[in-house]
Amino acid sequence: MSFEVPENRNYLESHEWVEVTDGTAKIGITDFAQDELGDVVFVELPNEGDELTQGDEFGVVESIKAVSDLYSPVSGTVTATNDDLENTPELVNEDPFGDGWMLEVDVDDESEFDDLLSADEYRDQIE
Amino acid sequence: MPLRKPPLRDRHDERGATFTEFGGWDMPVEFDSIKEEHQSVRDSVGIFDVSHMGEIEVSGPDAEQLMQQLTTNDVTQLSPGDSQYAMITDEQGHIIDDTVLYRLPEDDESDYLFIPNAGHDEQMHDRWKRFRNEWDLDAEIRNATDDYAMYAVQGPDAPEAVDEVTDESVIDLSKFEATYATVAGVRCWVARTGYTGEDGFELICPWDEAETVWDAFDCQPCGLGSRDTLRTEMGFLLSGQDFDHENDPRNPYEAKVGFTVKLDTEFVGRDALERAKEEGVEETFVGFRLIDRGVPRHGYDITNTDDAIIGTVTSGTMSPTLNEPIGLGYIPVEYADPGTVIRVMVRGQSKKAKIESTPFLKDKQ
Repeated sequence: MSFEVPENRNYLESHEWVEVTDGTAKIGITDFAQDELGDVVFVELPNEGDELTQGDEFGVVESIKAVSDLYSPVSGTVTATNDDLENTPELVNEDPFGDGWMLEVDVDDESEFDDLLSADEYRDQIE
Repeated sequence: MPLRKPPLRDRHDERGATFTEFGGWDMPVEFDSIKEEHQSVRDSVGIFDVSHMGEIEVSGPDAEQLMQQLTTNDVTQLSPGDSQYAMITDEQGHIIDDTVLYRLPEDDESDYLFIPNAGHDEQMHDRWKRFRNEWDLDAEIRNATDDYAMYAVQGPDAPEAVDEVTDESVIDLSKFEATYATVAGVRCWVARTGYTGEDGFELICPWDEAETVWDAFDCQPCGLGSRDTLRTEMGFLLSGQDFDHENDPRNPYEAKVGFTVKLDTEFVGRDALERAKEEGVEETFVGFRLIDRGVPRHGYDITNTDDAIIGTVTSGTMSPTLNEPIGLGYIPVEYADPGTVIRVMVRGQSKKAKIESTPFLKDKQ
């Protein structure tokens, strides 16, 4: 089975993706992660204004069969969360890199990106 | 110890199933999506490979007596081709296993067939032999678990789906009635039983013919994941979770399966259960629905509204049918009335929940 791994993003070994546009990082979980979890039924996200630290837990995603912690790929301040996931958590399964995004973060330090995996490196990990 | 494999393990793998260890077996947990599989069974029909369930055959002049004395229900009520749900209890009346036992037709080599839970077959085989010897009864006991595959075809369209593939008509079988029928040339034991809350059948066929029988059905393959959500919606017990003889012994009255206990019969645990019935239970098995957002899971603490721990979640899930988080567990009887507000500790956060009568799906049996 081959999973989508968009080139224009970076990844964590724990299967979160991050896409940065003008200093704002959009974060979600990968196609591989949603497939492993199965039907996502609940996503717990931080509040706007919360401070995140790279590598720390920022929330939880639950499928029918498993619970999984979410880890932040970057440090910064949460500026938005995907409210649609409250009522339609299945968006994480249907469109993990699009409508299933989880939060936006105002990034403190872009040099942290050096710690993240490229698309190629992440692909190597899951294949 | 290596995991035991159902006969179609590789077929399921090729079909894209994911697997889980259950009772020492490597079983398919999900073929497509737990939600989709669950919905197929509630709306139309799905087929489960439940070959991990045990099969023990009991025969001989004293087979009936042995079955009667080792299970809680009244075996003498069964005509050939009937089955019943029963508990297997120890001297203290604690549930060791739950089972469906079949009385086989009179021309059969065996008199009874019973189905212990996955991984319990050797223990039950030994138990039956030990008591047969102790009571000096004349009965043959055979662990046939590795001789048979077992499938459950469940859902409102299951009767037609099964009837279509059997040479003999099985559609008029009553609930808990069973017969031999031929599927694609293979003789199968076909019973109107199942564990999903839906109408349906369970088929037991020779291990070597597993593929032929599986291929006779053209319906959604379902894994143990949806089997778990379906039975949880019904409030049915899961071995190892909702009763766990070693870690949390429970009697049938606590587990709300007192209807399987016939105190006018003689069986191991009877005296203890008579006392338990007279004295009443302090704790009881309940269903609850989470009001706050979150998903209850096996092992989470249940507390009262003063944050004192009063019990443990034995099973929990997001109900695919209700789209609500539901759970099961044992709590003191004073908290057990439907509508009572309790709390469940979900990963360190106290979540509000409400006791609800089971089955959660009120229109099911």
